Amino acid sequence: MSTTTPGSEADTATVTLANGLTCDIPASSPLAKLLRSQRTWVGPSGKERLGILRRARSVAIVGASPNPARSSYFVGTYLQQSSDYRVYFVNPNATEILGQPAYPDLASLPEVPDIVDVFRKASDIPSVMDDALAVGAPTVWVQLGIWNEEAARYGESKGLTVVMDRCIKVEHARFHGGLHLMGFDTGVISAKKQQR
Amino acid sequence: MADRDYGFRTRAVHAGNVPDSATGARALPIYQSSAFVFDSTQDAAARFALQKYGTIYSRLANPTVASFEERVASLEGGLGAVATSSGLSAQFVTFASLAGAGDHIVASSNLYGGSITQLDVTLRRFGVETTFVASDDPADYAAAIIPGRTKLVFAETIANPSGDIADIAGLAEVAHAAELPLVIDSTIATPYLCRPIEWGADVVVHSATKFLGGHGTTLGGVVVESGRFDWSNHNFPLFEETVAHYGGLTWYGNFGEYAFLTRLRAEQLRDIGPALAPHSAFLLAQGVETLPYRMQAHVDNARRVAEWLEADPRIETVNWAGLPSHRHHARAAQYLPLGPSSVFGFVVKGGRAVGQGLIENVTLASHLANIGDAKTLIIHPASTTHAQLTEQQLVDGGVHPGLVRLSVGIEDADDIIFDLDQALDAALKGASA
Repeated sequence: MSTTTPGSEADTATVTLANGLTCDIPASSPLAKLLRSQRTWVGPSGKERLGILRRARSVAIVGASPNPARSSYFVGTYLQQSSDYRVYFVNPNATEILGQPAYPDLASLPEVPDIVDVFRKASDIPSVMDDALAVGAPTVWVQLGIWNEEAARYGESKGLTVVMDRCIKVEHARFHGGLHLMGFDTGVISAKKQQR
Repeated sequence: MADRDYGFRTRAVHAGNVPDSATGARALPIYQSSAFVFDSTQDAAARFALQKYGTIYSRLANPTVASFEERVASLEGGLGAVATSSGLSAQFVTFASLAGAGDHIVASSNLYGGSITQLDVTLRRFGVETTFVASDDPADYAAAIIPGRTKLVFAETIANPSGDIADIAGLAEVAHAAELPLVIDSTIATPYLCRPIEWGADVVVHSATKFLGGHGTTLGGVVVESGRFDWSNHNFPLFEETVAHYGGLTWYGNFGEYAFLTRLRAEQLRDIGPALAPHSAFLLAQGVETLPYRMQAHVDNARRVAEWLEADPRIETVNWAGLPSHRHHARAAQYLPLGPSSVFGFVVKGGRAVGQGLIENVTLASHLANIGDAKTLIIHPASTTHAQLTEQQLVDGGVHPGLVRLSVGIEDADDIIFDLDQALDAALKGASA
């Protein structure tokens, strides 16, 4: 089993070696890449991800940062301005992010979020799964560059819908025109009008 | 949205063109607007900081241009694309994004003349040195790589007028062994005949002016990237340096696999400026809708014409890799199983005088400096497209003084052959008179 975290939030990967010991190695190293190629967990398909995003009305960003250079800040800005979701920020060390209060934990939110979007290191994912289960949130969305297969399987065994190593901003933009506008291949082939 | 891998012909017509949400327009709307209003100051700030997707100014992104970009990206099997005002500007923004003063490029010597001068004259003046490899062996490209200085390896899928085929998989192996991207100009092949990304290329550039647009009406270029190259490797520190102009982000840290194309748009289009015009994007996207049908007709006609020329006693050689006599026949069968496009050279017996006479006497083939039109085009490279090259560069590029370049169109093959036949007769009469 291997776990990786992205360069922007942390730049090491925790890997389990053949002798059973674990160690942290750079996420860009050949070993980390080899382990990436050995992934076995497969998440929801494009159509299923679109369904998750369409059904949701609220998103809580766990591990949200008030630092404008962080990926979570980009995602927060995008969701606030380019989606119809109610967006909440969870960070026990912050008081305000993007003009909204920062909550210490999922239990403190004014509602149960439909999607718990996670910017935390891979080894923290199981505890976030437990927090999501405790409040009754149906979906845990683990952000791009973060991978923990064991945690994903654990969450699914408890009834959670799990998306992993995907950016919610990119996926939302894939189906709502933003990615298209920047010249990326969205994979969307449709004779129906674009949704906002 | 159906969970289906749609076929090439379906994507040629539909990719990038979901009906407009405001009007439901089924054809691609032409957004002929230099700039776009913001919703609020907060919205403007977020767009400028790249924190959300949105139009600002058509040099950076335009909805009509985006449709063409996504369509080509889909057909090439790339992550995305950035369109430009010409093929040469597509190349230039790519080179400018990866190499700076003191850096080095390894390129085939068998390139389009304009590509050679871009590298050899302008980029060299800017401090970027290029080694041109006069060989089709990837090992010779490997030998030309200077560790720490080389930033990319560059070749054309199908060179013209030599008709040579790049060993894309071999070049990708060489480039990747040195942690460098392989950039392939696939203008002549188009994604219908060859998708370089499937063979290991990292960046594909096109002059869309040619077969993609297909009708000789519109200049344009496009850069497609695979999304697979690791831009965080030590050869490309710019991708991990803090970018002050965009609020302290890092291209790789914030955009991951999207880093190269996001930076190409937000930095190279911003600073260099060769944006594709919306009306041009409409014409090019329209052309791409029939790309599969046109390319099939082009290669079918090219086969007829090349076989006829090769069997004709007035002709010395024919450089079409679809012929068993071409040195890259096996490579063409591997990389371009449907046929190696329809642009090739042939050498007439009697040299320069007969070659020029042929061009003076054709009445269906158009004498002009372009390729990849629905119409058959003909030119004498040594006196036109390659005239600015030295004798040695001509020989390296495989340009014989009596060589004529043909871009076989989609007219009736019998009519193209009739025209060449009568013009050859007239040329020989003129030469002997």
